[in-house]
Amino acid sequence: MAEEIKITVTRYNPDTDKELRQQTYSIPYHNDWGILDALNYIKAELDGSLTYRWSCRMAVCGSCGMMVNGTPRLACSTYLNEFYPGEITLEPLANFPIIRDLVVELTDFMEKLKEVKPWIIRKNKSDEDDTSSEYIQTTKQMDNYYQQTLCINCTLCYAACPVYGLHPDFVGPAVIALGYRYNNDSRDQGKDERRKFLASEDGVWKCTVVGDCTEVCPKHVDPSASIQRTKVDNATNWFFSFLKGNK
Amino acid sequence: MDILTHDILIVGGGGAGLRAGIEISRVNPSLKTAVISKVYPMRSHTVAAEGGSAAVLKADDSHDLHAYDTIKGSDFLADQDAVEVFVRDATNEVRQIERWGCPWNREEDGTIAARWFGGMSRKRTLHAADKTGFHLLHALFQTSLKYDTLKRYDEWHVSALLVDNGKVGGVLALNTRTGVFSIIAAKAVILCTGGVGRMYAFTSNAGILTADGAAMTYRAGAPIKDMEFIQFHPSGLMRTGILITEASRGEGGYLFNKDGKRFMENYAPSKMELAPRDIVSRSIIEEILAGRGFQGTYGSYIHLDLRHLGEAKIMDKLPMVRELCLDFAGVDPVHEPIPIRPTMHYTMGGIHCDKDGKTPITGLYAAGEAGCVSIHGANRLGSNSLTELLVFGARAGRAAVEYVSTAKPASNDRLQSLAKERMDFIQKRYMKAGNGKEKIGAILTDLRKTMDEKVGIYRTEEGLKDGIQLIQRLKERFNKISLTQQSRVFNTELIQAMELDNMLEIAHVIALCAQVRKESRGGHARKDYPTRNDEQFLHHSLTYMSKDGPRRETLPVTITKWQPEERKY
Ligand SMILES: Cc1cc2nc3c(=O)[nH]c(=O)nc-3n(C[C@H](O)[C@H](O)[C@H](O)COP(=O)(O)OP(=O)(O)OC[C@H]3O[C@@H](n4cnc5c(N)ncnc54)[C@H](O)[C@@H]3O)c2cc1C
Ligand code: SF4
Ligand code: FES
Repeated sequence: MAEEIKITVTRYNPDTDKELRQQTYSIPYHNDWGILDALNYIKAELDGSLTYRWSCRMAVCGSCGMMVNGTPRLACSTYLNEFYPGEITLEPLANFPIIRDLVVELTDFMEKLKEVKPWIIRKNKSDEDDTSSEYIQTTKQMDNYYQQTLCINCTLCYAACPVYGLHPDFVGPAVIALGYRYNNDSRDQGKDERRKFLASEDGVWKCTVVGDCTEVCPKHVDPSASIQRTKVDNATNWFFSFLKGNK
Repeated sequence: MDILTHDILIVGGGGAGLRAGIEISRVNPSLKTAVISKVYPMRSHTVAAEGGSAAVLKADDSHDLHAYDTIKGSDFLADQDAVEVFVRDATNEVRQIERWGCPWNREEDGTIAARWFGGMSRKRTLHAADKTGFHLLHALFQTSLKYDTLKRYDEWHVSALLVDNGKVGGVLALNTRTGVFSIIAAKAVILCTGGVGRMYAFTSNAGILTADGAAMTYRAGAPIKDMEFIQFHPSGLMRTGILITEASRGEGGYLFNKDGKRFMENYAPSKMELAPRDIVSRSIIEEILAGRGFQGTYGSYIHLDLRHLGEAKIMDKLPMVRELCLDFAGVDPVHEPIPIRPTMHYTMGGIHCDKDGKTPITGLYAAGEAGCVSIHGANRLGSNSLTELLVFGARAGRAAVEYVSTAKPASNDRLQSLAKERMDFIQKRYMKAGNGKEKIGAILTDLRKTMDEKVGIYRTEEGLKDGIQLIQRLKERFNKISLTQQSRVFNTELIQAMELDNMLEIAHVIALCAQVRKESRGGHARKDYPTRNDEQFLHHSLTYMSKDGPRRETLPVTITKWQPEERKY
């Protein structure tokens, strides 16, 4: 008989289930299959009701985050061979309410994303849509924020963040990294407009520097560093405005 | 049924849809506009685009040159008036997206950097490393958040257009989260639903590209255009079909067969690896057919070699290529060649529309890969598509704004009765649980096999006839499907059923159009008719739905300045 691998998945259907269940599937083992390949196999061949999100299957759209043996991972780029012959447990991303099976509620994240004003803000508004020329930006200036542009909004960092787990109002790693990204873009002049949100009670200061967000980030965005640097930035800004006497 | 009312509804939250949404919100913020998408917008397929976006910015370049390259690349099937509009608008659009935050790579002097791309006679492909689509989509999505007037319906699935007397009044859509269908009424609807790639097995396309827009329009009575032209991209990663961007050749990568020969010198000696995609893809298949490919678990392949570029250049210009190779093939391109073969990639055809996105249905517009203007003709040049999203997304947005200033909405009664008809159909066709024997997954697998084998890179009369028959049989099998569940919340099985139905409909059109076109042009290559035949086939194909299956008509190509000539590289 061909080799098999056991995958246990959290099941929950609000129409029929009062609480979460676990269901185990045995599937043929392929050493070059990702977990997403396995889920697609289960859905097509064994159980059409199994529900999860995916889209690009190439680790760039950010849809397929889930807990894989307790760690937040992307299902499409996590391989069965990492676990075989051991078993695999799949759960919905931690710290988010569950909608169904492996699908979690992201409304809170989507709202916060908007609050940080992630777009180029100019003092002179007519600059923003002026197509007669491009802004000049050197590669060196780009290096100041480029790493933070790589976030795919997969929310793995929220699932890893103990602070977010305790205080869902915490703005959280990816959104702070996004604020950092725009604040440090030489084309942007909107730092002041973002400060209130980032420096609020639920902003950067809630972070206790656990660093798990950076640990799990599949794109090496390093949200933890963005948070610490934003803290420094806000502290110095507060200090200087204090000196100038306008606070 | 609930009715949610808007002035303009955009279906699709990829590059084209978001560009349209921003344009409308900017031009007229008092309009009630919404973007509806089956995934969160930044999960749309545009996020996966890698290599770049073409536009004239440099002093040694001109709009005429970009236009000529595009028209020649199209094998003279593009409408030349549309191409001229496209290259002209492109320049402003790429600057605009720069101002909206796209982190384009830069030249030494801080202006936007360009790279080579297949079929382009100048360095004009602007790029943000090899994550151009990703950066472009995130810049658009994040900028769209600035407009409070732009409402979003995320994770909603549009199932049909509601068209009354040749005029669109809105759509019927499923809220995936609740499982409830609603009418979304709108005076204008812009379809930006992307391509059809998921009907092929070996494809670079994301899971959401299931021909929904084309199928909806077709069912609503409007024609779809040039569907026989499917682009196969030369470099799909073995097993998955994941794309290794053309920029890897643009930056200097080589193609080798198993004898260690750069075989492109036999097919396009002047351009080598930088010939257009149709030519490179066919050359690879020729090598494989001649037994000069490598053998692997998943079939024959050839090598894309980047090693001579060196680690620094690969990390700087092609970091995603390296990531993808490591993550999805266990190969490090700094030290090893990449195993590739051609993968289904792009849909040149689509919803018939003009350069303002206007379709024959009043109030209905299309833009992006879902539409067919046509600027790509029989073959799209790489990096023209991202630019197309910007140009035609914005143009369709502006055209819709103008249209709704005088248009009248459909009556709610009429919308209710149209929606009810469609709901009855959905109940009958998809929701019957347990009483059918056919599985969605099995039909999909067979469809994908049929398309790869019979309607693939090379086509023949016999193969296409077979293909059409097989597709018809799959359509019959579809009548006997059943879902394993009737759940409301996130019933992805119901969505899969609707998507498969759409793909079957459009697959039929593709195969039929390919059979009728007895010539080879661009992405459409007939083994039995290997040359282009302008006398009989220098025209677009328009296909309408009819009781007896697809009904095909023709439409002349618009030729302005550039007379068709033999396409040589
Ligand atoms: C891997 C890859 C790399 C590429 N690289 C390049 C490149 O370098 N340069 C280039 O120019 N082009 C490239 N292309 C092509 C280009 O990316 C696509 O043509 C383009 O992104 C399509 O964008 P779009 O806005 O038309 O649609 P998409 O981005 O595909 O978006 C479609 C939208 O429609 C929505 N939708 C679909 N159906 C429904 C429905 N029924 N109900 C509700 N919503 C629906 C989806 O949710 C999604 O939001 C690449 C393509 C691929 C596959
Ligand atoms: S910061 Fe990293 S982990 Fe967090 S959402 Fe972005 S990509 Fe995902
Ligand atoms: S499916 Fe897109 S990140 Fe995994």
